[in-house]
Amino acid sequence: MENLIALLVAAPLLGAAVLLCGGRRLDRAGHRLGTLLAAASFVIGAVLFFDMLGRGAEERALHQHLFSWVPVESFRADIAFQLDQLSMTFVLLITGVGTLIHVYSIGYMEHDERRRRFFGYLNLFLAAMLLLVLADNYLLLYFGWEGVGLASYLLIGFWQHKPSAATAAKKAFLVNRVGDMGLSIAIMLMFTTFGTFAFGPVLAAAGETGEGMLTAIGLMLLLAACGKSAQVPLQSWLGDAMEGPTPVSALIHAATMVTAGVYLITRSGAIFNAAPDAQLAVVVVGAVTLLFGAIVGCAKDDIKKALAGSTMSQIGYMILAAGLGPIGYAFAIMHLVTHGFFKAGLFLGAGSVMHGMNDEVDMRKYGGLRKYMPVTFVTFGLGYLAIIGFPGLSGFWSKDKIIEAAFAKGGTEGWILGAVTLLGAGITAYYMTRVMIMTFFGEKRWQPAPDADAVPSAEPAAEDHAGRMPHPHESPKSMTVPMILLAFGSVFAGGLFSLNSAFVHWLEPVTAFEHGHPPIGAAAVTASTVVVLLIGVGIAYAQYGRKPVPVVAPRGSLLTRAARRDLLQDDFNHVVLVRGGEHLTRSLVYMDHTLVDGVVNGTAASVGGLSGRLRKLQNGFARSYAVSMFGGTAVLIAATLLMRGV
Amino acid sequence: MSASAAVAVHSLWTTAAEPAADRIGAPAIEYAQLAPTLIVVGAAVVGVLLEAFVPRRARYHAQVFLTVVALAAAFAAVVALAAGGHATTKAGIVAMGAIAVDGPALFLQGTILLTSMVAVFTFAERRLDPAHHGHRVDSFAAEAAAVPGSDQEKAAVKAGFTTTEVFPLVLFAVGGMLVFPAANDLLTLFIALEVFSLPLYLLCAVARRKRLMSQEAAVKYFLLGAFSSAFLLFGVALMYGFAGSVSYARIADVVDGSVADITPALAGTMGNDVLLLIGFAMVLMGLLFKVGAVPFHMWTPDVYQGAPTPVTGFMAAATKVAAFGAMLRLLYVVLPGLRWDWRPVMWGVAIVTMLAGAIVAITQTDIKRLLAYSSIAHAGFILAGVIAATPDGVSSVLFYLGAYSFVTVGAFAVVTLVRDAGGEATHLSQWAGLGRRSPLVAAVFAVFLLAFAGIPLTSGFSGKFAVFKAAAEGGAGTLVVIGVLSSAIAAFFYIRVIVLMFFSEPKPEGPTVAVPSPLTMTTIAVGVAVTLALGVAPQYFLDLAGQAGVFVR
Repeated sequence: MENLIALLVAAPLLGAAVLLCGGRRLDRAGHRLGTLLAAASFVIGAVLFFDMLGRGAEERALHQHLFSWVPVESFRADIAFQLDQLSMTFVLLITGVGTLIHVYSIGYMEHDERRRRFFGYLNLFLAAMLLLVLADNYLLLYFGWEGVGLASYLLIGFWQHKPSAATAAKKAFLVNRVGDMGLSIAIMLMFTTFGTFAFGPVLAAAGETGEGMLTAIGLMLLLAACGKSAQVPLQSWLGDAMEGPTPVSALIHAATMVTAGVYLITRSGAIFNAAPDAQLAVVVVGAVTLLFGAIVGCAKDDIKKALAGSTMSQIGYMILAAGLGPIGYAFAIMHLVTHGFFKAGLFLGAGSVMHGMNDEVDMRKYGGLRKYMPVTFVTFGLGYLAIIGFPGLSGFWSKDKIIEAAFAKGGTEGWILGAVTLLGAGITAYYMTRVMIMTFFGEKRWQPAPDADAVPSAEPAAEDHAGRMPHPHESPKSMTVPMILLAFGSVFAGGLFSLNSAFVHWLEPVTAFEHGHPPIGAAAVTASTVVVLLIGVGIAYAQYGRKPVPVVAPRGSLLTRAARRDLLQDDFNHVVLVRGGEHLTRSLVYMDHTLVDGVVNGTAASVGGLSGRLRKLQNGFARSYAVSMFGGTAVLIAATLLMRGV
Repeated sequence: MSASAAVAVHSLWTTAAEPAADRIGAPAIEYAQLAPTLIVVGAAVVGVLLEAFVPRRARYHAQVFLTVVALAAAFAAVVALAAGGHATTKAGIVAMGAIAVDGPALFLQGTILLTSMVAVFTFAERRLDPAHHGHRVDSFAAEAAAVPGSDQEKAAVKAGFTTTEVFPLVLFAVGGMLVFPAANDLLTLFIALEVFSLPLYLLCAVARRKRLMSQEAAVKYFLLGAFSSAFLLFGVALMYGFAGSVSYARIADVVDGSVADITPALAGTMGNDVLLLIGFAMVLMGLLFKVGAVPFHMWTPDVYQGAPTPVTGFMAAATKVAAFGAMLRLLYVVLPGLRWDWRPVMWGVAIVTMLAGAIVAITQTDIKRLLAYSSIAHAGFILAGVIAATPDGVSSVLFYLGAYSFVTVGAFAVVTLVRDAGGEATHLSQWAGLGRRSPLVAAVFAVFLLAFAGIPLTSGFSGKFAVFKAAAEGGAGTLVVIGVLSSAIAAFFYIRVIVLMFFSEPKPEGPTVAVPSPLTMTTIAVGVAVTLALGVAPQYFLDLAGQAGVFVR
């Protein structure tokens, strides 16, 4: 069975290679091939899953060692896979949601002339993401980590003719570099501390290592997680990343890649458990981001950016839960999976709306769409109910557990965290209700698309719409079917996972689990969650449901205006990092020009000069060549005799 | 022939009355273990007959078929021998002590055969040049004996002649190369050297374009090659004077002092260390000439540039493999007892070779000369592994040779594709902007250049890493430092070509990239595949080379 693991990665990798190298002759069938290989990977994952269920909880982990890449003494860079319950969960999520989004993209990207390339990149992403979660050591994980970064960069900037998309791709790449540096430093620290970077030995030895070193490693891992999962302070790229095609936003920037940070922290649980300071930092990052994302989500009029803020906030929940230690790991992952379903569904719904509305993203120009797009409305609505934590739906089960665990942290911390998560739940209800009402209810607020800044899309068909009224219509089957399937997940997944705590027991051998006891009782927590949720919905209804929504956004309060500017994240980065960086660079450039270049150019010039002189020895005359050989032999003989001292 | 039959025959030359003990017995030849060489040389002889008896228009196909089949069969024989344990447990000396069949010999023979096979594909390529007078042409002269520019030449071109003799010549050369690293006595070594050198001199002279340059290259190569052969042969004589034998094992015994009996005729010279050391230095010089080590490298740029490019690729790859194989056997089997004498000398040669190759390459403007200097620098890197004088040293050199030869053949195959009206466009300025016009070809060439430079995930990195590691463990740390420095220098000009191809504006009347037949495509594809495979997952092949790293004595 373990031999199948490599195939999981190989199938989409093959797809990427074929689609990206295959050239134009694959233009017509490329998308089918890509989708088929993604589905093949899912089938293999499912086979492995049922095989895994057939074994006892402790024997479920599988290992596959492919080969060692240049082993040098104790340095072993193994290309080896590990498939345990945690990896399995991710494999099913990645390949399952991935396949659905491939199917969706067939319809969504139908008119894009670079569709084959798009599917090639998607397959590349799947391969890299699977590598990330299947690696059995940090170095291979890093390889996958960089791979998803690359795929994300390529896909955000897929419509590269739009300067905004190109800039967004670059921004995502640069911000992620900062996090990636953290991961590489963490791996180097691990190697110096433990002499290896395989999960097994590192995590086993974590308990006996000095806390200072573990804290350092933990903080570096957290930095990596912040970059990839868009957590404060490295959150600024996610909103701009919505420039990518909507399926990309759904797959990479909502359901899978951005949760890699949660995976990393959960996987490294043993390190964080032994380094409470690092763990505290994780919780703080999670809590801050949770509120940050939620507040940003309240102010955005761009439907995708509102959802992006929400993603940030929900991942904040997961990071926070992962920072709580054994009482939270399982719930972090559970929320990750349920979020994967409903957030992917919400994004696909948003894509479907945009598809019907000439790629308009401003919710102030939507309204009353439920009559025109019934399927989208129902699936989006179910996703909405799931994310706000409506009792019985997926989000309720997972989010409620995180709130309980936050209270159960104990002490003042517990109270603060509990309050933050509760508040976050309320704000979530508020901004999601706002999205729902502005999009599907109320008056029609459509306007002809202005000619001037013509529709920012690569879809040639959209050009024809410019200057005309949109005709909202339901999307084709290839788009609605994935939405319906994801809606099923949004409704039922959480409940299924919670039957007899099935999910927690499934993950327990990997992540360890302790039952947390909130000081005010689980029932009270649930009750207050529901109350907060109703308050959030109520306020949103009062603001947007009872009154007509103005097409031009009102000026708003100071907080609203700040939130529209992503709470001034870019201004902050500009002032502190860009300006400071510029000064630093200028002085470095000066140093470089005067000192370093002097040395380098001097060396280069002298080597070049030497080369020119030596070259003259090669004069083309066989006789001088023969002399050089003769002389060389004489020197050889003389040297040999000299060595012997004869 | 039975004794009674011998008695019955009376002639001027035989006498039946001689006692049996004095007769020279028929040599015992282990045909099975010599099969790879025999197949190749046999096919070469058949190839000569084909030239004589097959009609001209059928010769090309017959020769290509015969050559490829012979090389494949010989490779199969090598694999069969290795699978049969002749590389490890059953390794032994055959053919009356003349040939060794052991791990290194079989590994190198396999490498030579595979490299030659892909190189022969570029020999057979006939689609790069437009057809002349309705005849497809390859890289070789219509009639090599015709004076360039003469009426005879024009007539030959018009008649559509081709030099199909190149195929038997290649087979002869390969036959010699197969023997060279397996030679177990000094005379066999010399004969193998000549057997593979002479066809190479000829092959260098038969270019279709730039014929005068090609002939000049051949003459230079021949003169200097003869010069170095003379040195080598004189060294053989001196070593015989020292040991009273040309057999490797016997010389090694005398060097160790484990043989006391002195041949009466050589009483005056035997055991005289001066003879041994001078003889060794001269034999070594002959081998260093073939690998192109400084200061015996001067022929390399001129010959690489002048020879037809398929021949250059073949020569650069296969000759180096064969010559380094012979050098390893000489140093590890014959002269391990002299390690303290030859190591410092080789240190010097390796350092000078690495630095000179890398430095002079910087100012080259012709892609073939650039690759020639690169091959000199690489000879220096391989010498670093040779100097390690450990089993790891042997296996690292074996691995490096395998990796390097495929990169080389592939790189020269790409060079044949970039052409203008005058044939191959080898001036570097003509390669500017190639990446804009032919991204695939430029990308493939970039892969080869990165492998030459030793960038990770290519075979060049794994190979360089292996030899430097072996050298460092063998106590040659300084050498490794110099090796890494010269790699850095070398990286400059490899990367410069990549920059030139991808970041320069293409010239308006630049060269075009010919679309080759599947033959050259196969060569290039195999080159890229091996380069990447050995770079991404080298361990299997390192293990293979490690198992093959023990010489039989």
